Amino acid sequence: MQRFINNPDEVVEDTVKGFVKAHADIVRLASNPRVIAARHAPVGGKVGVITGGGSGHEPAFIGYTGRNMLDAVAVGELFSSPTAKSFLDAAREANGGKGVVCLYGNYAGDNMNVKMAIKLAAKEDIEIATVVANDDVCSAGPDEREKRRGVAGEIFMWKCAGALAAEGASIEAVRAVAQRAIDNCRSIGVGLGPCTLPAVGHPNFLIEPGTMEVGIGHHGEPGVRVEPLKPAAEIARDMAKIVLDDHDLAAGTEVAVLVSGLGATPVNELYILNDTIEQEITGRGLTIHKTYIGNYFTSLEMVGATLTVMALDAELKRLLDVAVDCPARL
Amino acid sequence: MQQFENASAGDIVLSIADRIIENRAYLSEIDGKIGDGDHGVNMAKGFGMAADRIRGNDMSLATAFDTLGTVLMTEIGGSMGPLYGVMFTQFAETIEKSSSIDAPAFSAMLSNGLDGIQSIGSAKVGDKTLLDTLVPAIAAFDAANADGKPFPEALDALVLAAEKGRDSTRDLVARIGRASRLGERSVGVLDAGATSCALILKALALGAKQKLLISATAGR
Repeated sequence: MQRFINNPDEVVEDTVKGFVKAHADIVRLASNPRVIAARHAPVGGKVGVITGGGSGHEPAFIGYTGRNMLDAVAVGELFSSPTAKSFLDAAREANGGKGVVCLYGNYAGDNMNVKMAIKLAAKEDIEIATVVANDDVCSAGPDEREKRRGVAGEIFMWKCAGALAAEGASIEAVRAVAQRAIDNCRSIGVGLGPCTLPAVGHPNFLIEPGTMEVGIGHHGEPGVRVEPLKPAAEIARDMAKIVLDDHDLAAGTEVAVLVSGLGATPVNELYILNDTIEQEITGRGLTIHKTYIGNYFTSLEMVGATLTVMALDAELKRLLDVAVDCPARL
Repeated sequence: MQQFENASAGDIVLSIADRIIENRAYLSEIDGKIGDGDHGVNMAKGFGMAADRIRGNDMSLATAFDTLGTVLMTEIGGSMGPLYGVMFTQFAETIEKSSSIDAPAFSAMLSNGLDGIQSIGSAKVGDKTLLDTLVPAIAAFDAANADGKPFPEALDALVLAAEKGRDSTRDLVARIGRASRLGERSVGVLDAGATSCALILKALALGAKQKLLISATAGR
């Protein structure tokens, strides 16, 4: 393993320490060392916006803490849900007296820990409303959308909800806009190479040289299809087709596009993919309002990329355009 | 009546922790085939932290279970943190007022642990989860009791059924958790949770049998 680590069992601790030092102008470590809070949080009279998830996806989740974005984030072990207590402590850090929305991804561990955190928070009169992201198209069929995983579409969900909360909206309004934002997102991942948890020491699965996995998950969950590696344009066409076929958007719809690397893919290759993705999207009569390219939501050192397409309406478009101040570039 | 003392039986939990820590690499390896390969790492971390707090403190079985459950729930996270955390906390609550543990108390403890898991998770038997180990193990223990078998024999039946249940997950399609997205591709691999659950139940049964032997000898 060619990695920058100290003790493999303390990767998360060391990550958080360096993160807080780098971004002390925006974030702070809460009294629970597994919670990152925005320096400004909590804001009295504002609905708190929180999330949480396993580590190893940086800049997600912690990098999206900041003004007009997330107020606090619960930090889990690598690829493993934060504890119920960390979700509760994140809610405490974010609670400005108007309740908290917890916007997280659809994974068994996160679902259980958030459920327990809601019960604990109720005892302290902190209301937590939730939206569970399920934008990953290949993780379940269209008739079982509630089973789909949440992936990079979460960033759009946080951005829209964070902006609306900052305007002073009610908890129900913030929850509703987050739900609409994620309902309007579809994502797909393609993996070209696996990733290794430092404490495990070897890849969790193999992708044979010359092949790729279509529909790969953010934790190395194998994809739904293994195929020979194709030229970028063909892969991009496939990715766009899978996302857009599931989306079924009317011509003229405005969309936001996010192409994220999974950790070990050069950023230039994301631009190569985007060249074809743009053609496919506009070819269907859709208008691209904004494109985000970079390592927004990674999976340690996995080789691969994800594509997220979000359909915009007037309100989502306005909220997406609100400037944010968080460690990740948005 | 066959029973063992609750007081000082906390060392049973230490032997459970030892088995989990010994199997750290194995559990991660089987988890890595269809999950993300961190089961052994996170389990060993949680059980190890709990063992450090239990060791040398002459705890009752109830207090040791509570210590383990609390560590898993508040410090481990993932799926296994809350699931096993709630199971061990329920174990502790069931027996905390009993000075000695007989077969009916042991059965009530297991059943309450199962209820706890089912109150937060949504899996059923056959979904390729730890329930495929736990549910038949409890059923076998209760059946042996109903047949009038001695407590130690009922514990043997528990271990046998747990291991059979664990092995049954090899042929199952995962229907819940991270592996469920693989559908048919999850067949042929043991479920990591079912495997760790079998390790836990076996260490628990062996520990209880040893305590029964000691109390039988002392009573003679």
